[in-house]
Amino acid sequence: MNIPEDLKYADSHEWIRVEGDTAIVGISDHAQAELTDIVFAEPPKPGTQVHAGQVAAVVESVKAASDIYAPVSGEVIESNSALNDSPALLNTDPYGEGWIFKMRLSDPSELDALKDAAAYGEHIAR
Amino acid sequence: MSGRPTALHSKHKEAGARMMDFAGWDMPVQYAGILQEHRAVRSAAGVFDISHMGEFFVRGPQAGEWLSRVLAGKVPAIGVGEARYAILLNEAGGVIDDLYVYRIREMDYLLVVNASKISEDAACLRGRLTGEVTFEDASDLYSAVAVQGPLAPGIFRKCFGRDLPPSRNRVLELTRGGEELWIATTGYTGEPGFEVICKNPEVSSLWDALTTAGCVPCGLGARDVLRLEMGYPLNGNDLSPERTPLEAGLGFFIDFTGPDFVGKSALLAQKENGIPSKLCGIVVDGKSPPMRPHYPVWMDGTQVGETASGGLSPTLGTAIAMAYLPTSVAIPGTKIEIDVRGNRIPARVVKKPFIQTKL
Repeated sequence: MNIPEDLKYADSHEWIRVEGDTAIVGISDHAQAELTDIVFAEPPKPGTQVHAGQVAAVVESVKAASDIYAPVSGEVIESNSALNDSPALLNTDPYGEGWIFKMRLSDPSELDALKDAAAYGEHIAR
Repeated sequence: MSGRPTALHSKHKEAGARMMDFAGWDMPVQYAGILQEHRAVRSAAGVFDISHMGEFFVRGPQAGEWLSRVLAGKVPAIGVGEARYAILLNEAGGVIDDLYVYRIREMDYLLVVNASKISEDAACLRGRLTGEVTFEDASDLYSAVAVQGPLAPGIFRKCFGRDLPPSRNRVLELTRGGEELWIATTGYTGEPGFEVICKNPEVSSLWDALTTAGCVPCGLGARDVLRLEMGYPLNGNDLSPERTPLEAGLGFFIDFTGPDFVGKSALLAQKENGIPSKLCGIVVDGKSPPMRPHYPVWMDGTQVGETASGGLSPTLGTAIAMAYLPTSVAIPGTKIEIDVRGNRIPARVVKKPFIQTKL
């Protein structure tokens, strides 16, 4: 299972890559494997206010719809339009082309509650 | 493990299946992936563990006559070595379960019923017993697998050293390793194929033979998508005690000219008074989320129903669903909307099946 060292992770299997006061959010390799073939993604629209631990996006496999949670609070500034045509990017490249949305953080201290790669690795091994 | 294992449980684990609880059984939902398994069945051959389904034996000089009075179906037309789809109704004409009736010998019938309804069906049928008929619920003793796909006849030849009967709805008794088993040219995917019903200890070697011969293991996820593409109803989603088979579009399978059966008068009354709703096929044109059960269906600003089954058709590449809609709305071409998480998705009523197969 691929767990990049430079990212922070939520217990609910989202990753966040912080760049100054903005960040990119996606789902972990573990999450995409659990969700299986993703056939539809509904990222939040730019301008949406998201709140840590609350639903920010929906992805659907053939079998079921799954909620994706915001790891931290803030405003969505861009959503990944490539997922409209290629939702399978979430499976094939979850940390790259399969990112879900970019956001501006409203409270960077919320990042402290997230896990680093090692702790997330232990979390999914449990 | 949440549910009961079938005799193939270790085979599923070895094959890397993702398991889920289904009607109290621990069943494979998928192995390599639902899309891949769907493709295998539509273009090659897949094998499904359907051991969770129930097997009842009905025997005796009056078995056929009795079945034709307790089931809605064309039971009197079933010759020895033939099978038919039939429906177990309540007095009000509502569906308790849908099932297959196999006439395995002159006076012996095998019924295969849905896993979720085994005890309810058995209790209902026992309660209706009359005459020289014995009823046995042998569900705990028997396993079953379904082989489905265009390559199924070749797989059959490899595994059983003879040709598969070319016609649908045939059943034959064979021996394999000294044990009797039944082969039926039935299935629920819209593809050619066969189902094998055998005693629990026989099923593991059978599974090995079928997978070695080229069958791709397929789970309940693929099974659900395949049957939905054909517009085949799933009991619990698309069939219920509150809906009649006429509403479900299953009138074709019922013989109204034969003997009286439980629910017949209610169905005739409904025919007379008009069928209030029909189970319709619904297609979304263009990109949309997959449909799921219980999504509200709207037309001209009014809710006209909710989806019963839904999903994504890998063959069409679009979302599909079935829903009971008022008869006035249930006309192919009618434009409707499906509410998905607050978004109204434009859709239209279509004739089932959603796709054409060679069957």
